[in-house]
Amino acid sequence: MVNDVCYATLKYDQPWTLDNYYREGGYEALKRVLDGPMDRGEIIDEIKKATLRGRGGAGFSTGMKWGFMPRDAPGQKYLICNSDESEPGTCKDRHLLRFNPHALVEGMIISGYAMGATVGYNYLRGEFMKEPFERIEEAVREAREAGFLGENILGSGVDFEMHNLIGAGAYICGEETGLLESIEGKRGLPRNKPPFPAQYGIYGRPATVNNTETIASVPTVMRRGADWFLEQGRPNNGGTKLFCVSGHVNSPGVFEIPLGMPFKELLGMAGGVRDGRKLKAVIPGGTSMPALPGEEMMELDMDFDSLAKAKSGLGSGGLVVMDDTTDMVEVCLRISRFYYAESCGQCTPCREGTGWMHRVIKRIYQGKGSYDDIELLEAAAGQIAGHTICAFGEASAWPVQGILRHWRHEFEHYVEHGRSMVEAAA
Amino acid sequence: MSANPEQPDDQVTITIDGAEYQASKGATIIEVADANGVDIPRFCYHPKLTAPANCRMCLVDIEMNGKAAPKPMPACITAIGDGMVVRTESERAVSAQRNVMEFLLINHPLDCPICDQGGECELQDLALGYGRGISRFTERKRVVDDEDLGPLVETEMTRCIHCTRCVRFLDEIAGTSELGALHRGEHTEIGTFVGRGIHSELSGNVIDLCPVGALTNKPYRYTARAWEMLSHPTVGPHDAIGSNISLHQVRGTVKRVVPRNNEAVNETWIADRDRYSYQGIYAEDRLQEPIARDGDKWQAMDWQEALESVAGRLKEVAAQDPSQIAAWVSPSATLEEQYLLNRLMRGLGSDNVDVRLRQADTRDGDSPSPGLGMPIAATEDVDAALLVGSHTRHDQPLLNHRLRKAGLNGAHIMALDTRRHDWNYELSEELVAHPDQLARELALIAAAMAAYVGRGVVEGLHAYTGGAEPGDNHKRVAQRLVDAGSALVMSGDAVELHQGGADLRALTALIAELAGAHHGQLGTGANAFGGWIAGAVPYRGADGSPARGMSVAETIADPRRCYVVVNLEPEHDCFDGAAARRALEAAETVVVFSPYVTEAMREYADVILPIGAFGETAGTFVNAEGRWQTFAGVGRPIGEARPAWRVFRVLGNLLSLDRFEYNAPDEIHAELQGLWERQGNPSNGGWQGRPAEPWLGHGSLVRAGNTAIYGTDPLVRRGEALQRTPHAGAARPTLSPATAQQLGVNDGDWISLDQGGPSVRLQASVDDALADSTVWLPAGLEGTAGLGPVHGPINIQRT
Repeated sequence: MVNDVCYATLKYDQPWTLDNYYREGGYEALKRVLDGPMDRGEIIDEIKKATLRGRGGAGFSTGMKWGFMPRDAPGQKYLICNSDESEPGTCKDRHLLRFNPHALVEGMIISGYAMGATVGYNYLRGEFMKEPFERIEEAVREAREAGFLGENILGSGVDFEMHNLIGAGAYICGEETGLLESIEGKRGLPRNKPPFPAQYGIYGRPATVNNTETIASVPTVMRRGADWFLEQGRPNNGGTKLFCVSGHVNSPGVFEIPLGMPFKELLGMAGGVRDGRKLKAVIPGGTSMPALPGEEMMELDMDFDSLAKAKSGLGSGGLVVMDDTTDMVEVCLRISRFYYAESCGQCTPCREGTGWMHRVIKRIYQGKGSYDDIELLEAAAGQIAGHTICAFGEASAWPVQGILRHWRHEFEHYVEHGRSMVEAAA
Repeated sequence: MSANPEQPDDQVTITIDGAEYQASKGATIIEVADANGVDIPRFCYHPKLTAPANCRMCLVDIEMNGKAAPKPMPACITAIGDGMVVRTESERAVSAQRNVMEFLLINHPLDCPICDQGGECELQDLALGYGRGISRFTERKRVVDDEDLGPLVETEMTRCIHCTRCVRFLDEIAGTSELGALHRGEHTEIGTFVGRGIHSELSGNVIDLCPVGALTNKPYRYTARAWEMLSHPTVGPHDAIGSNISLHQVRGTVKRVVPRNNEAVNETWIADRDRYSYQGIYAEDRLQEPIARDGDKWQAMDWQEALESVAGRLKEVAAQDPSQIAAWVSPSATLEEQYLLNRLMRGLGSDNVDVRLRQADTRDGDSPSPGLGMPIAATEDVDAALLVGSHTRHDQPLLNHRLRKAGLNGAHIMALDTRRHDWNYELSEELVAHPDQLARELALIAAAMAAYVGRGVVEGLHAYTGGAEPGDNHKRVAQRLVDAGSALVMSGDAVELHQGGADLRALTALIAELAGAHHGQLGTGANAFGGWIAGAVPYRGADGSPARGMSVAETIADPRRCYVVVNLEPEHDCFDGAAARRALEAAETVVVFSPYVTEAMREYADVILPIGAFGETAGTFVNAEGRWQTFAGVGRPIGEARPAWRVFRVLGNLLSLDRFEYNAPDEIHAELQGLWERQGNPSNGGWQGRPAEPWLGHGSLVRAGNTAIYGTDPLVRRGEALQRTPHAGAARPTLSPATAQQLGVNDGDWISLDQGGPSVRLQASVDDALADSTVWLPAGLEGTAGLGPVHGPINIQRT
């Protein structure tokens, strides 16, 4: 149930070695896929059946995404792994690269083969330079020596090469088209879509971008079967998922649990709210997802559909837990600061709006705000979302809208009294 | 499923704001809207540039198959589909546009009262329609440091709205990528690489593209307001493209030049040379009134007196021997001026009239007419081109723009010159040869081509190849030209200046003929083709009748007693400035018609008559493709200056010549047009017209060059801002590393150069772009005026 997919090797002393990966059935799926080799469409059908949904934040069906690739058309195609994990509150891919890098390597080869791609790029955020970049590099070397990478892998006639790349440290390079631009050596400015990456990816050729965890889940799906994977989670929410629990909990950490597990249980795994205090709010999927009140979260299950219904999202699985000492205006200020700093500046609403939002929140936080400012903030967020080139517009507006939706009275308290209504913070 | 069963397959029907339109598949919403007069606000979109959809101003509401799009979509990049319904004025669309406008304005300084763009600002205009009366933004606005982009473009980057039109122009059109975005988010700034300016020959276009006052016209800055100027259509006076421009004037003073759209000629762009040279109209050395030499002094006189004196002098020489009179006229003079001068000269009995100031070799007297041999717009569709002695990027900037488009589309653009040039795209082949060897290189290409097309041995070619076999590079050039569906073979300025230019022209014609390619021949000047049509050449009259006068080159080599010089400075504008001046200084009578008076003129002239400069004279230019473009006089001539056509007309009357009673330039134009239309297509000399003997070469250290981009004529040489760009200023004689080593010259050394006359001291450059034993030293730069022929032997000494 727990640690069955991406963290399968975690029980070993050195979970990252090829030997330990073998012990958990490593590269068996690859051998099975390459034996024949298996029909590409069959692999995609298996992934669809498993309802493996994108683990990067959007939760889009992986099988369907793969289906967009012109897999049998001639010419170079690329598989891109998005290891630019930058969403605040999220640290699962780093763990994965650190402790089970071979799951990613095997996943890359199988996924690449399924889409007709012979080259895979793993794009890591700049901060991974020191660590775990070397770890995944080492895994790639091991896999190449074992004959899993290169030409004519295991005599199957299938070619695949994998390269790890390091970004320069920009949140926007995690946006898939910004990432593609960055790989091409340009500024990481997101592109307009269409064309989608499956038509025009990198160097004018088709490419598909998947999250690290998504790709690392693929070998298990292929080894244990779509039915097994689906059964781990819930209908339309197959498999297990990595959750990064941080904030006011007793034992923060990354947990691999079946999708659909009640939040209450996950909170328990993280040791509960610190000092036995009352749960006030939870950001359920990285800071770009709207925060939800604690009471509401305690009733929710951790899967894509349940959280969407609650007007938030599972996102990247980065949970930020906040107790009753938390000043939600301050939370809003901190989050808005991040998006203000990370906007690429390409399109108007985000370039101008993120800074404006941040300044208005700051004014309120400093006790100089007015009721008009609260309305202005709400308006500015609405003016950004839905008007930008990429989803960064939503990522910057949703958290503000979410906090305003549930904690507007805290903003009004600042306006009335010039200070926070939360005692511990005041 | 088509909305209309009659509709062709490549057409779709869309509805914009309730009205149905048919348009081609693949078009974007904004293209259909623009074509049908539906206004959609925009900033970043420009029809000539790629669309990044970054301003988000053109968001519109879209419905497809009865389903509304979840978000408003940018009209500039959204492709139309059959049955698409677009609403540009729905509540959601207008609210999206207003919201974007609010964001654009929060950090814009709104300093319209002190902004040059005020009154012609896209942001100002759209803010009126989409902005709020009162801003909700109470924070401090962003302030951005300015950069020095050079003498042409002024910056006020705080006003920038980051539309990136300027960035994309320099990437996509100018090909220099000199601007880019730095930093990110709210701190994004448009800037250059550290400390560099914009040096593209098309840089001024970013001013027109900038939708706000971030990039403005530096020389024009703070001198007028958009609404107080009158705009007059005219034509660029510096190259054979004839870019369509507008002069903006206030009370007779030209304030600035902007492009006029003409897809067949310059599209929407103009070269900096056409944009900024107007400053030369107001140069300090404008001649205010007619002056005549009186012993050692110069005497001002009125027009009547001056013209009578000129008529008397000309009559006197003509009475003795009319062939002792020679007229040199600028290739940028108007068709009407050139035609009347031609008539004056022939009326006096002399055929010695010529516009080919820079043509060193006139052995091919009946050489092909100047021109491109094909429509300018069609050059962007060629599959291959060979440019001989032409740095097209500087000689004819907008022709280069078309060829660049072709090159980027995969055409083989190739060049042969005495050096590699600084192109703004990659050429397929760039052959470099010593000036003496250019004819041989062409002959080898021709030989390779003859073999490739199965023509066998071409008579006369052996004299140029000396029996050598074509190399792989010659074969490649030959095959690409032959295999091309459409090709252009063109000679340029450096061929005009070449002492063996007649051979090069004949060989170029041969290559064009063998390849079935268009054949072009473009020198300097806005109206060289016009000069030929007007009969301002020694070997043909305006009616096409043959004549046997003397060319500029011949009247320099065999000096005349009397010269008529129209709108040129021989020390800069003739192929051999030193010899030209010597001829003038030795003459008995020199009559100069010029807007300017220089120290040199005071030395050789007897009478100097002030004529209208560019912008002050009505007339016609004929461009490279043979397009007659007529324009009106706009500016009030300085002082007592008069348009040259009027002066020639009165002079004609004073000389009692027939049919000189013109009342307006259009009468002259009509008369000449009649003559031209009766002639049919004049035949070209081509290979058959090649010189009897090949030119042998200098066999020593040779000066080679062309005419510097901002040194082509008196007007541009007085364009103060242009003269401060890196393309102007002091000449830098350039040598190949091997030649430099031989002569003991290092990069940056001061050297003294002479061509048999006085020497000049200049700083040398060493560059491996040069052929060996060649000194690259263009004309029209500081320090070159005293030197001899642009192509000819030269001596170098280290100092």
